[in-house]
Amino acid sequence: MSVPIERPGKKNPQLRTPVPTLPPVPRSRAALGLTAAAAEGRFMLQHCGECGAVQYPPRDACGKCLSGDLRWQDTDPNGQVIAESTVRVSTAPYFRERGDWRIGTVRLAVGVSVMAYLHGDVEQAGPVRMTARLDRAGQGVLVAMPPRATPNMEDDKILREMTCDPRHRRVLITDARAPDALALAKAFLDAGATKVFMGESEQWRGHAERAALSALEGVEILPLDVTDTRSVQELAGQIGGKTDILVNNARFIRPGGLFARGDVTFARDEMEVNYFGLMRLAQVFGPAMAGRGADGVNNAVAWVNLLSVHALSNLPQIGPFAASQAAALSLSQALRAEVHGGGLRVMNVFSGPTEDAWHQPLPPPKVQPKALARAVISGLRGGLEEVAVGDVAKDMLARWREDPKVLEYELTRMGGGDA
Amino acid sequence: MTEDAQGATAMLADLATALVSGDVDVVDLTHTLDPDFPVIVLPPEFGQCARFRMEEISAYDHRGPAWKWHNFTCSEHTGTHFDAPSHWISGRDVPNGAVDEIAPERFVGPVCVIDCSEGAAADEDFELTPQVILDWEATHGRIPKDSWVLMRTDWSRRRGEAYLNMKDDGPHSPGPVPAAVELLVHERGIRGFGTETVGTDAGQGSHYTPPYPAHHILHGAGRYGLQCLANLDLLPPRGAMLLAAPLKIRNGTGSPLRVLALVPRAG
Repeated sequence: MSVPIERPGKKNPQLRTPVPTLPPVPRSRAALGLTAAAAEGRFMLQHCGECGAVQYPPRDACGKCLSGDLRWQDTDPNGQVIAESTVRVSTAPYFRERGDWRIGTVRLAVGVSVMAYLHGDVEQAGPVRMTARLDRAGQGVLVAMPPRATPNMEDDKILREMTCDPRHRRVLITDARAPDALALAKAFLDAGATKVFMGESEQWRGHAERAALSALEGVEILPLDVTDTRSVQELAGQIGGKTDILVNNARFIRPGGLFARGDVTFARDEMEVNYFGLMRLAQVFGPAMAGRGADGVNNAVAWVNLLSVHALSNLPQIGPFAASQAAALSLSQALRAEVHGGGLRVMNVFSGPTEDAWHQPLPPPKVQPKALARAVISGLRGGLEEVAVGDVAKDMLARWREDPKVLEYELTRMGGGDA
Repeated sequence: MTEDAQGATAMLADLATALVSGDVDVVDLTHTLDPDFPVIVLPPEFGQCARFRMEEISAYDHRGPAWKWHNFTCSEHTGTHFDAPSHWISGRDVPNGAVDEIAPERFVGPVCVIDCSEGAAADEDFELTPQVILDWEATHGRIPKDSWVLMRTDWSRRRGEAYLNMKDDGPHSPGPVPAAVELLVHERGIRGFGTETVGTDAGQGSHYTPPYPAHHILHGAGRYGLQCLANLDLLPPRGAMLLAAPLKIRNGTGSPLRVLALVPRAG
C-alpha cells in the first residue's frame, strides 16, 4: 500500500515558492509516438508492419527486419520486473528535488524488455501492468503498475508526479451557469478537491442551479465573466495563486449553419466566449498557475478545456460554433506550449452533442453532464491530455485519426454527422 | 443684432452666470457604463443586447508608452440610452427616425417628472395609468406640448438581481399602460418618455395590447425613449431642462448617452 498524502496545511508566506523544474524534455520524433499514446492513456509500442516484431525503444526501422513500416499499436501491458534499482543521486534538479526514484527493467509478455518507473507497490521481481504516462515535462514515459489496485495507490510519489489528481487540490470551474456546472462541482468534491471555485457571470440575473451549487460544502461562487477582461483579471487577482486545476466550461453555442442568420452576431458571441474567453483566462491564470507547478502537494497541475469534437472537423449544422471550437483547440496548443515550463498539463475533453437546451431536438446519444464530469475526473487522475467522452466523440476522433479529409467529406457532403 | 437675438444672448449669458453661481444645477441622470450593468434579456434564441465591454489598448506601457486608451463595445441599447423611432417596427417608416437624422434641437427640451416612487415601492408591477397623469396635472398643470415626460420610480437604486427582477414569468418592473402612452403622445404631444427601468415599458409589458405599448406608440408617432435613467429624485416635477443627445450613429436605432438636466436650485 502507498502512504496516503496528508491534506496540506496553509502555505508559509515567508518561503519562496519553488520554481518548477522538469525532467528531460528531448525526444526523437519516433519516440513522440509514446507521448501521443500517453496523452490518451494508452499503452502503445511500435509493431513492425512486415514481421510483427514489437519494438523498444522507439526507432525508425525494425530491429529485426529493418522495415521502415513501424506502427504504434495498443500492446499487451502485462510483464514482470526482471531488475530494479533506486536512483538516489542525479545531476538533474528535477530528480534531485524529489529524492529516491524507483526504476526497473520489465520483461513484457510481448517479448521485449523496457525501462520503466516502478510504482511503489510493485513487488520485487513481481508482475506488473505497464502504463504509458506523461511526466511533468509532458513527455511519454513508462510506469509499471501493480497488476491489481492497492490501497492509496494514486498517492504514490511517482504517480502523483504523472497525474493531476484533484485530491487535496483547489479547482476553478469558470461557468456556474453552464448545464454541466453542478455535475462538475459535485464530481470534484467527491474526488477530494478541497475547494471548488465557481465563476458566475452576470450576477444581476439568477439561474436555476445557483441554490444547489451554493448548498455544496466546499463550493464558493465568485463573479467571473470570460467575456470581460477586467472580470477575469480581478478573479485571477484573488484566486490565481490558489487555483490548482482550472476547468473552462464556459461555452456559447447557437445551432445553425453559416447562412442561417446571415450575420455574425451569434458567431461573435461564440468567439467571445469560446475563443477569446479562453485567451483571457489563459493570459492571467496561465502564468500564475505555471509559476506554481512545484508548489507542494497542492501544486498547480492542470488546465481543462471542454470542447466539441467538431473542433477537429466542422459540422455544417453548427458550422460557426465548430469554427470557434477549432480556434479554441488551436489556442489550447499554444497554451500547452506556454505553460510547459511550469509542468502544467492542458487536457482537452471532446464531446459530441451534450444534454442541454441547444441539443434538445436531437436524438440520443448525448453526453450527460455526469458522464462529462466523470471523464474529466478520470482524465485528470490518468494525467491525460486528450479525452473523448461518449460514443459520438470517440467515433469521430477515431475517424479523424484515420483520415481527416475523409471525415470532412463525410460530415460536409454526405449529410453525415450527429448534430 | 435684432432685439430677439439680443434677448437670447442675454438669456444665455444669464444661464452661464446661473451655472457658475449654482442657481442652476447640472444634474447627471446617467448610470456609469459598466460591464456589470444589467441589459434587457430576451429569450436566448434571439440575438441579445451586447453588454458594455472595454479592452485596454495601452496604458503608458510597452503597448503605447505615453498614452492610455481603450476600445469599447456595446449595443445601441446598453446602459442609460436613447431609443429612436426606428428602434420599433411601428416607427420604421417614420421620417428622420434614426439617431443621425434627428434634428439637434430635439435633444434639448423641457421635462416633466411624474413621481411614481411610492407606488413602485409598494408594487413592482406598478402601472402608470391615465389617472396618475391627470392627478399629476391637477397639481402641476397640464403637461406642455413637446416636453419630455419621465416616470420616477426610484428603480435606479435597485442593485443586482432586483433591477431586472426576473422571475420565471419574466421581469417585473413598473411602466405605463397603453392608455397612458396614448394620452401622453396623442393628447399632450410629448417629445419623449423616459424611465429608470431597463426599458420604457413595464417588465410585463409584453402582455398589454399592443405589446410594449411605450415602444409601440411612442416610436410609431416619431417620439423618443430614454431608459436606465438615474437621479430622477433630484428633478422638480416641472421646470427643468433636459439635455439628451445620442451619438450620431448612421441609421442608429438608439445610443448610450449622457443625460443631463438643468435644474433651478431648490428653495
